[in-house]
Amino acid sequence: MLSPDDYTIEQKPAWCPGCGNFSILRTVKESLAELEIPPHKVLLVSGIGQSSKLPHYMKCNTFNGLHGRTLPVATGARLANHGLPVIAIAGDGDCYGEGGNHLIHAIRRNINIKLFVHDNQIYGLTKGQASPTSGEGMVTKVQPFGVFSEQLNPLALAIALDAGFVARGFAGDTEFLKELMKEAMGHKGFSLLDILQPCVTFNKLNTFKWYRERVYRIEPEYNPEDRSGAFTRSLEWGARIPTGVIYRNSRPTLEERVPIIKDTPLVRQDFDFKATVEGLLTGLYKT
Amino acid sequence: MDYTVKIGGEAGQGLVTVGEILSRVFATAGYHVFSHQDYESRVRGGHNFYQIRVSETPVSSSLEKIDIVVALDRASIELHGPELTDEGFLIYDSETLEEKLKGSRYIGVPFKKLATKDGGSPVMANTVATGAALGMLGMDIAPLLDLIEKRFRKKGDAIVEGNVKAARAGYGYAKEHCPECRFLPAPPVSAKVMLTGIEAISLGAISAGLKFYSAYPMTPSTGIMNNLSAMAEKYGIVVEQAEDEIAAINMALGASFAGVRAMTGTSGGGFALMVEGLSLAAITETPIVIAEGQRPGPATGFPTRTEQGDLLFILHTGHGEFPRVVFAPGTPQEALNLTNRAFELAEKYQIPVFVVFDQYLADCQWTYESLSTEELVYKDYRLRGDAFASQKEYKRYAYTESGVTPLGVPGDAPHVVVADIDEHDEEGHIVEDAETRIRMTDKRLFKKLAAIREEIRPPLRYGSESPDTVLVGWGSTYGVIKEAVDALNERGDNAAMLHFSELYPFPARGGYMKVLEDAKRTVCIENNATGQFARHMSAETGYEFALNVNRYDGRPFTVDYILRGIEDAVS
Repeated sequence: MLSPDDYTIEQKPAWCPGCGNFSILRTVKESLAELEIPPHKVLLVSGIGQSSKLPHYMKCNTFNGLHGRTLPVATGARLANHGLPVIAIAGDGDCYGEGGNHLIHAIRRNINIKLFVHDNQIYGLTKGQASPTSGEGMVTKVQPFGVFSEQLNPLALAIALDAGFVARGFAGDTEFLKELMKEAMGHKGFSLLDILQPCVTFNKLNTFKWYRERVYRIEPEYNPEDRSGAFTRSLEWGARIPTGVIYRNSRPTLEERVPIIKDTPLVRQDFDFKATVEGLLTGLYKT
Repeated sequence: MDYTVKIGGEAGQGLVTVGEILSRVFATAGYHVFSHQDYESRVRGGHNFYQIRVSETPVSSSLEKIDIVVALDRASIELHGPELTDEGFLIYDSETLEEKLKGSRYIGVPFKKLATKDGGSPVMANTVATGAALGMLGMDIAPLLDLIEKRFRKKGDAIVEGNVKAARAGYGYAKEHCPECRFLPAPPVSAKVMLTGIEAISLGAISAGLKFYSAYPMTPSTGIMNNLSAMAEKYGIVVEQAEDEIAAINMALGASFAGVRAMTGTSGGGFALMVEGLSLAAITETPIVIAEGQRPGPATGFPTRTEQGDLLFILHTGHGEFPRVVFAPGTPQEALNLTNRAFELAEKYQIPVFVVFDQYLADCQWTYESLSTEELVYKDYRLRGDAFASQKEYKRYAYTESGVTPLGVPGDAPHVVVADIDEHDEEGHIVEDAETRIRMTDKRLFKKLAAIREEIRPPLRYGSESPDTVLVGWGSTYGVIKEAVDALNERGDNAAMLHFSELYPFPARGGYMKVLEDAKRTVCIENNATGQFARHMSAETGYEFALNVNRYDGRPFTVDYILRGIEDAVS
């Protein structure tokens, strides 16, 4: 039996006191422990942003790379070793802004990556600019007249692209968040888990209180396999905000479709130098 | 024997197929071949050509004069008719071209009519042209018929038969209607191996154990992705077409971190997008090989043409300070060797290594009696399986004497592997302190760079032992500069070449500097406008060339161009 403490290391988080990231970190550890995935049997890939520091605060294989490029690194790692579960940790600026193009194509590939987006509707690391999910009209230092752009709806976007697994969690409801993380981990295919996470320092609008008044757990009889219904539900935002698995399908994953890695992960495939060189030369004379 | 055949036409007319078949026929017949291609950025129309030099001795550049022009369109007649040698001939389709061309050097061959005469299809007109060229040269038709059989077998007997008839018809017609053709082919010897630069880069990567290639299509690098995809199943390679170049390099780094040899390839514009990823490779100490196919910029410039314009960009780009290795092979054989070695050094030192080429090297076909595989190496530097599991502890960036920390494969041992883009401690976690910063920079930059320098080999010397004239070049210009040296020496000059293919770290000062210092005149020859290698060499060694010959019209050098350039530079 693993416990969340098995993932604990001596790194002091540099997050603000009260930040929603703390509860996400704790929930990630709990989920992995309950799924019996030890620290060396999982890879966390992150980019840049407050969220992306998460892998540094727990024991796990980590690749902390560029801002916005979490998914390409995760894709390469996963194609090289699909025996290793890969979790991509990103923020709303990181994944929906800088890395938006990669999100579209990771969903299209349906590569078996678990994308956890810490969505605080603001830029935290750079101190308070609007993010793609900031509400229209939100006033910031850089948007003194309010945000003009339409708020990005990541769930609707993912459902439009027929993503394998689309869910929303809330950092203030860790019990449910843990279930969602575990479900995402269990899903075979690309999984987007958008996690509403208050930024206690810069987002004075979307606070814990603001979310608590709106967020609800989706009803048990809801059918996440109905794409049109899921799309409609994904549009719900305002007085009530649904959390839970909004959409799910069972498309084949990229790893299943690439014939080269169908049986054995790439990293486990031996390379025979001598035979390869001989084979290359024979091939040349044949043409 | 030293003949040049040029096939000209519009994009989409099939001139590349004619060129490829002729080159292949010459090589399998036992001749040496050198070919280059010139094409526009379009799928239909425009004007393209494929130029093949065929000889019984090795050849390494294209000539300006043509012995046989195969004109598939009117523009080819106008553009390439004047390039004919005094003994040269041009063949064109006398049926489809409205006016008949006068002059005994212009031979009308009814390509389409001959193709359809015995029930063949009009698309076999190009096979008629191919047969006709072979007939004019007076070469044996058997290798062509063999190749047709092999190439069209899958399409069925009717297609094979039609093409065989078309080839024979063109061959016979040319023999009959060109009694003035006086080409004397040397007796063929043994079949030659023929390959292009881009094929050689692909083979070099496979020979080095490449397992993952991600890229976004961009001329002239796309051929690598095409070749690797074709061989993916046989050699167990995952090829992923990325959504953009940024994704391409980041995917390759992800795969490399996970434990397999990875590579990406692109051209200047795509590489500009990858640059942030280059710095990521550097600070995370993740091995990667980057093939950069230069083309004339700025920006899109001449997208299908050739230039050596990205050297200083590749040498200096990437924010921050870190070691890299830059190779620029001069021939397909060298492209094979250096791409293989790029992986060796990338893995050994956990650094980015470049294989720099251009459209010219990518497309040129060279022939060899046989390819040498002596220099190819493979050593797995990763910490895997039991070897990793048996380690008491593991820190991804542990300080070592050499600066290199063994690269553990995540998942193979109870230890975690932490790679970090921030300045980090030995375990890979974020730090802010000055002391660690200095120690980590010393580790990944100075310690490694000192060792990498020892690996770099001096430039290749060719020609006179104690030359008065030294021609210097790098990368794809090897073959043409070598022939320019031969031409100078035939004229009674005392000339030699220094060819650099290992460009960074710069080769340690050695015999080559004395060759330059003792020469009466030194000429740096570059396919760019500003002499980027000359500046690089000046920065690294303090050496200043007396003369520079630059070509920046997007076209490759010829021997004559170089000789004229030297004369102009002298005066």
